[in-house]
Amino acid sequence: MDNSIWMVAAFYLLSAVIIVSALLVVFLKNIVHSVLWLAVCFIALAGLFLTLDADFLAAVQVLVYAGAVCIMVVFGIMLIQRGDMGKTNLFNSQTGVAAGVVALVLVVSGYLSAATHWVGTAAPVPHKTVEHIATLLLSKYVIPFEVAALLLLVALVGAIILAKEVKAKC
Amino acid sequence: MLTLSVGLTQYMVLSAILFGIGLFGVLSKKNAIAVLICIELMLNAVNINLLAFNKFVTPTQFIGQIFAIFVITVAAAEVGVGLAIIIAIYRNKLSVNLDEFDWLKW
Repeated sequence: MDNSIWMVAAFYLLSAVIIVSALLVVFLKNIVHSVLWLAVCFIALAGLFLTLDADFLAAVQVLVYAGAVCIMVVFGIMLIQRGDMGKTNLFNSQTGVAAGVVALVLVVSGYLSAATHWVGTAAPVPHKTVEHIATLLLSKYVIPFEVAALLLLVALVGAIILAKEVKAKC
Repeated sequence: MLTLSVGLTQYMVLSAILFGIGLFGVLSKKNAIAVLICIELMLNAVNINLLAFNKFVTPTQFIGQIFAIFVITVAAAEVGVGLAIIIAIYRNKLSVNLDEFDWLKW
């Protein structure tokens, strides 16, 4: 594990970008602006994955999340939103209760992660991550790989049918 | 604490904060699409955790990275189906406000 000053600086800079953009996603009142900040958050997360030695996952993060998911959500907003866009992302009446629940979750998980003694190893992650992932996905984890492919197919068909609105033949 | 090193704990605290922001959004937003976006934030917090465990606990086995790939797959499928459901509901109800979805209320 390389703990040079640049890795530490990159971690804290990317963490700041991630947290601020995630807060903007939640607190902005226009949902299109929320989705734009969501893309910023995803790209910063890809940078954070690079600091975790997961370069393939970083590329997938940019392609799938920043590329596909954000664009799909923007298209969904275009298909359904009408009227004043400035009031499309408001809070409901249970915001106080939600803040309490979230504070409880944060305290408990922060305490547990700080108090647990992690048994780590100092071995570095191998550099050729893509080759290792490919070998594992097509040998040891081939069944989950195929099930994930089936899941994507079923989700594709289901999304088309749900959005197309099957008319009852009467 | 001031030794300026980034270990597993820092990544877990960042992941917990991101998960908390996403959970707050899920519980407190009116717009159904905003809830979907906040679920994506929570899934990304899980991905940070998986990759941090992969780097600091089992660096040579790549279990965390493979789990993260499956999480990304499921998240993409979930966004597609979720948006289709929201569009279908909007067609019937002409609204995406979650407080107005009360067909199941007895």
